[in-house]
Amino acid sequence: MAETVFAPWDDPAEKPLIRFRNVTKQFGSFTAIDDLTLDIFEREFFALLGPSGCGKTTMMRMLAGFETISGGTIELAGQDIAAVPPNKRAVNMMFQSYALFPHLSVYDNIAFGLRRDRKSRGEIDARVAEMLKLTRLEKFARRKPHQISGGQRQRVALARSLAKAPKLLLLDEPLGALDAKLRQATQFELMDIQEKTGTTFVIVTHDQEEAMTVASRVAVMDEGRLMQVATPERIYEAPESVYVADFIGDVNILTGTAQASGEAQFRVIWDGEQTPLVAASSREFHDGQACHLAVRPEKVSISAERPEAAENAVQGKVLDIAYLGNLSTYHVELPGGQIIKAQTANTRRISRRSFTWEDPVWVSWSATAGVLLAE
Amino acid sequence: MTRLSWFNVTSLTLGFAFLYLPMVILIIYSFNASQLVTVWAGFSTRWYGELLQNEAFLDAAWVTIKVAVLSSTIATVLGTMAAYVLVRAGRFLGRTLFSGMIYAPLVMPEVITGLSLLLLFIGIGLDRGVLTIVLAHTTFSMCYVSVVVSSRLMSFDRSLEEAALDLGCSGFDAFRLVTLPIIAPAVISGWLLAFTLSLDDLVIASFAAGPSATTLPIKIFSAVRLGVSPEINALSTIMIGIVTVGVISASLISKHRTLRQRQEEQAAARAA
Repeated sequence: MAETVFAPWDDPAEKPLIRFRNVTKQFGSFTAIDDLTLDIFEREFFALLGPSGCGKTTMMRMLAGFETISGGTIELAGQDIAAVPPNKRAVNMMFQSYALFPHLSVYDNIAFGLRRDRKSRGEIDARVAEMLKLTRLEKFARRKPHQISGGQRQRVALARSLAKAPKLLLLDEPLGALDAKLRQATQFELMDIQEKTGTTFVIVTHDQEEAMTVASRVAVMDEGRLMQVATPERIYEAPESVYVADFIGDVNILTGTAQASGEAQFRVIWDGEQTPLVAASSREFHDGQACHLAVRPEKVSISAERPEAAENAVQGKVLDIAYLGNLSTYHVELPGGQIIKAQTANTRRISRRSFTWEDPVWVSWSATAGVLLAE
Repeated sequence: MTRLSWFNVTSLTLGFAFLYLPMVILIIYSFNASQLVTVWAGFSTRWYGELLQNEAFLDAAWVTIKVAVLSSTIATVLGTMAAYVLVRAGRFLGRTLFSGMIYAPLVMPEVITGLSLLLLFIGIGLDRGVLTIVLAHTTFSMCYVSVVVSSRLMSFDRSLEEAALDLGCSGFDAFRLVTLPIIAPAVISGWLLAFTLSLDDLVIASFAAGPSATTLPIKIFSAVRLGVSPEINALSTIMIGIVTVGVISASLISKHRTLRQRQEEQAAARAA
């Protein structure tokens, strides 16, 4: 295995392609982006993820040049781009509405940017043909945008934004208008194209699954700030805050106070009657500090008897069962009223399900299953 | 087919009679053989022949068309520019004032517009003729164009222009290559509106016209004061004919286009 893992963000010698330095953006009295610092590296597939109004679209529009910056600097390949107008930036954007020019054919849409650069006919022809091939649109070159389907329009938009071979491609909710099946197929297509062209992609999305699937790194944003920037695995397995843990996927958050119990080991005292929980954490907590234990439902097992080896086990009764086909999520109510979600794979047929409503059960998880968080 | 109730039939008949009876009478009498307008003396196309001999009418018709083409073209350019700035420029100092002032001539009594233009032309010593009529018509039809174009621009997807900028267009190129072709139907209908307004304007033209140039409406109006002649009936019938053909063909073309667009969209959706 000579292949090295793609992780330029861990290499201090690597120069980032994009540097946000203390960037602030205000619309009147509303702060859309709040003192934000971020590096994005060449060949990355970077996802900006967050609820609507978190500032992710503003970040993208600042990169494209459609919004001015209120404070701080943005550098692209070492050059401050604040004063560069959108038509002079080596950045192209794929719009959420696709923004295809309705009066031009697919071919002319893709050739639009190349013609602005006064390229020769032969060059334009060759490049458009290449783009059509990449997005499998050869048959539709002469059609107008209204004569092709939604999925094809999406690919035209992608081809058009890639035609000028930008250093950076911005994708604003690129799959938002597609139905679920097409969306999944297109996600893999996007990754494939990103790899083939070697272009740096920055994608804006509110769909966490999409971000996790396509991105090399994900930035979770809220109210104009970065909550966490990390690889999808780290965002999911090692969230740094309750917000991130809660935003990505399903999670149980148990609130209590910490007490050191050994090397990187803590006891979490929560809600009186229960025995303290055991959690491993590399993060330091002083005794009596308020903390939150975040445990993913798939890491919680459910059983009729108390499992012998379990480090954490609590008893409750089944309140609800969400059947998702391949998985079932059990909502188990504890005597204190808290609800813990436990997820199991449905390896058996539903008629053979071991637990049903109101059954007394034990839910258990190991000390390393959860993440102990301060806030 | 839905069957109409007697009430609907009556109101339809009355309404259309109210709208079209005067024109029908005018058209019938244009084929009257008699010199007298009110007495029917058999079918004839005599007045159409005489109309073609009438130099004064033909001159006036020529002036009218020249004025209409020139003024509606200038008004379309200026009106589109005004609409673009007002819709796109966002908030700037005095924006509300400007947009209000653009639309004010719509509600201004024509007599006042005409009179103020007359005073202006006299003040700057401009001889009244074709030029002054063109200027006057441009002034009042520009705001109509601007209303039509700005309503189209309001529903225009802004990201189309941003995409053009993003792909390397200057602001002017984005307008020329993307915005203008897309809003072209609205610009054309603005032009047509200005053209028809100019064709049939009497009040403002009579202030701006001078002895060297008269438009057809002025000519007809002054001729009618001496008594309605069958020649005028013939002339009016021709104008009605031209307008009817224009309106019907325009609506047929647009209907055909929307139909074809819908079919193609459905075909694309099926193929997907």
